[in-house]
Amino acid sequence: MAEGTLCNRKTIDTKEDLKALMADNGGKLYYKEMEELDVDQEKLWATIQGSLKSRLKTWLEICAHCGMCADSCFLYTANDKDPTQVPSYKIHSTLGAMVKRKGKVDNEFMRMTMDTAWSKCTCCTRCGVYCPMGIDMGVMFGYVRGLCFSQGFVPWEMKIGSGMHRVYKAQMDVTTEDWVDTVEFEAEGIDDEYKNMSIPVDKENADIMYTLNAREAKHYPEDITEAAILFNLAGENWTVPSEGWEQTSLSMFAGDWASCKAQVENVYSAMERLKPKRMIGTECGHAHRATVIEGPYWAGYESGQPPVESIHYVEWVAEVLRTGKLKLDPSKKIKEPVTLQDSCNYVRNGGLGEITREIMSYIAEDFREMTPKGQHNYCCGGGGGFNGIGKYHHERNIGLKIKMDQILATDCKLVISPCHNCWDAIRDMAKVYSLDIKWSFLKPILLDMAIIPDKFKLDDEDED
Amino acid sequence: MYELVTGPLAWLAFGIFFIGLVVRTIWYFRGLHWQADRVAYRANLYLGIKGAIRSIFFWLIPFGTRGWKTHPVFTVITFTFHISLLTSVIFLPAHNFILKQKWGISLFTIPEAAGDILTVFVMFAALMFIVRRLVLPEVRIITTAYDYLILAIAVAPFITGFIAYHQIFEYKIWLILHILSGEIMLVAIPFTKLSHFILFFLSRMQLGMDYGIKRGGMKGTRMSW
Repeated sequence: MAEGTLCNRKTIDTKEDLKALMADNGGKLYYKEMEELDVDQEKLWATIQGSLKSRLKTWLEICAHCGMCADSCFLYTANDKDPTQVPSYKIHSTLGAMVKRKGKVDNEFMRMTMDTAWSKCTCCTRCGVYCPMGIDMGVMFGYVRGLCFSQGFVPWEMKIGSGMHRVYKAQMDVTTEDWVDTVEFEAEGIDDEYKNMSIPVDKENADIMYTLNAREAKHYPEDITEAAILFNLAGENWTVPSEGWEQTSLSMFAGDWASCKAQVENVYSAMERLKPKRMIGTECGHAHRATVIEGPYWAGYESGQPPVESIHYVEWVAEVLRTGKLKLDPSKKIKEPVTLQDSCNYVRNGGLGEITREIMSYIAEDFREMTPKGQHNYCCGGGGGFNGIGKYHHERNIGLKIKMDQILATDCKLVISPCHNCWDAIRDMAKVYSLDIKWSFLKPILLDMAIIPDKFKLDDEDED
Repeated sequence: MYELVTGPLAWLAFGIFFIGLVVRTIWYFRGLHWQADRVAYRANLYLGIKGAIRSIFFWLIPFGTRGWKTHPVFTVITFTFHISLLTSVIFLPAHNFILKQKWGISLFTIPEAAGDILTVFVMFAALMFIVRRLVLPEVRIITTAYDYLILAIAVAPFITGFIAYHQIFEYKIWLILHILSGEIMLVAIPFTKLSHFILFFLSRMQLGMDYGIKRGGMKGTRMSW
């Protein structure tokens, strides 16, 4: 059965394979090879038979073809109500057809399915909320992505992403040494501006174990600094693990379930090793979804819960502001109109929509909601890996229009986005559509407003 | 012929209908899997049941959910269709008369004229379903011949019943056709998309549990999907 050197059914498990794949400029050869990649129909059908249980089967069977899901999908609306963007159509023309044909589908079909699963659905799961039968096509496309991955039909960047997790246990090539070095470097930076602050690594029995996004370690280390300062200001007994610090999962976007499992187990073993009271993850949507919401199931915990209580950064922020552990200067409350981006992964899929509004009540004088909001909010336009796939940038940019309209309708020039993917999408949107808006995580905003107790302030002597 | 369709065939149809529904329900539950579905059904049964009840309850109420509210016309058509269909089938005096005659039981009944009006509602709503399928591009693209067949199976007993009741054509023939088409519908329910008769509740229950447990329920959200 024909497989390519780069595009094949094998997973990326070595640095060499990863390097070779990344050396392929934009996935040129990879996608060329994909055109020749054979479908292992027997394996596909066996996988479907083994994993298509009553929930998915029923969803495929009872869809009444009523079309109520159509306008729940931001991609349908963004693409001028293109009927091929109706969620029901998208799932029935891919998974539905695959099941009907008992896995006997060809290369062209699989490439169409890949395009649909990654460029016509961000797995935001909004359609599921609007279907009278309770059919969640976001969940179904998650399943389809798994089938595509197992056959090698996966966007180049997603294959790299899952390979990164397999090789480095992080979505980027950040080794344990790199990570610890970064933390030490950032801690030194903090010492230049404050005293009595630290970033404890591998401290046992801390109240908080902080996990984050490898991007922060690799490209935005200031985010780690900000998190550290805020934990110190709030007087938290916290730590970061040297191993098991990466909360994200591009493997989830890729549909590489084995890698998803290995990734979260890495974090869970850090929990078991360090025995913190709680785990707090950074301002990322999918990282929370992967490690806190879905992860326990991949790892096989029947409770559906991680080994220790795990919360999202916004829950921690609301808590320290509510209890006064972190004090903000009221005169520094945001005066300009400001809006908030709801991340699908922890709002619709994690129930944290109210807590983010509680935060807004503490930090903003003129908070304006987008419409719709909360659990009904639209995807930023770049979720589910959409932001990161070069092949689908055109489609992603079209998808951004819905969020853009939502933001512009609020008349706000500032969008708070406690999610990496949303943050990226809004950044790209501002660039692509030349918008005069700013976007921010919570951390820099909180840091600007925080009251610094004297014990952290450098004396004149120290500054010399 | 009348004896056949109201006798052995009726027994057969009701038998397949009831046994079919029971089997489908058992299958559904047996196919649920906490790890594959990624929902801790057992560990959080209380939250799950709460979510399931919310999910079913609000979707059973016209305009009870955001989904229904954003599609007011379709909502009216859908509820008109289903309420009229079930009410007229279950509470029609003629049906209960046969029930009494055959099995010795009978339920509360509605006036014959009301049944007649409900029948018209069913046929009209079905016509609207067809119009939607033909006119709206987002519905047309997902419509298949099977959808029309299902609708035909569901509406045939009403068309034939209406013709028989008003004696528009030969009463006896249309009465038998009416009974036969009703039996076809009963038999079709467990085997076709009409299985949503029971699977609607089970599917909503599942998603309700999913949201009620994993996707916000534990954080105290009271979402009515």
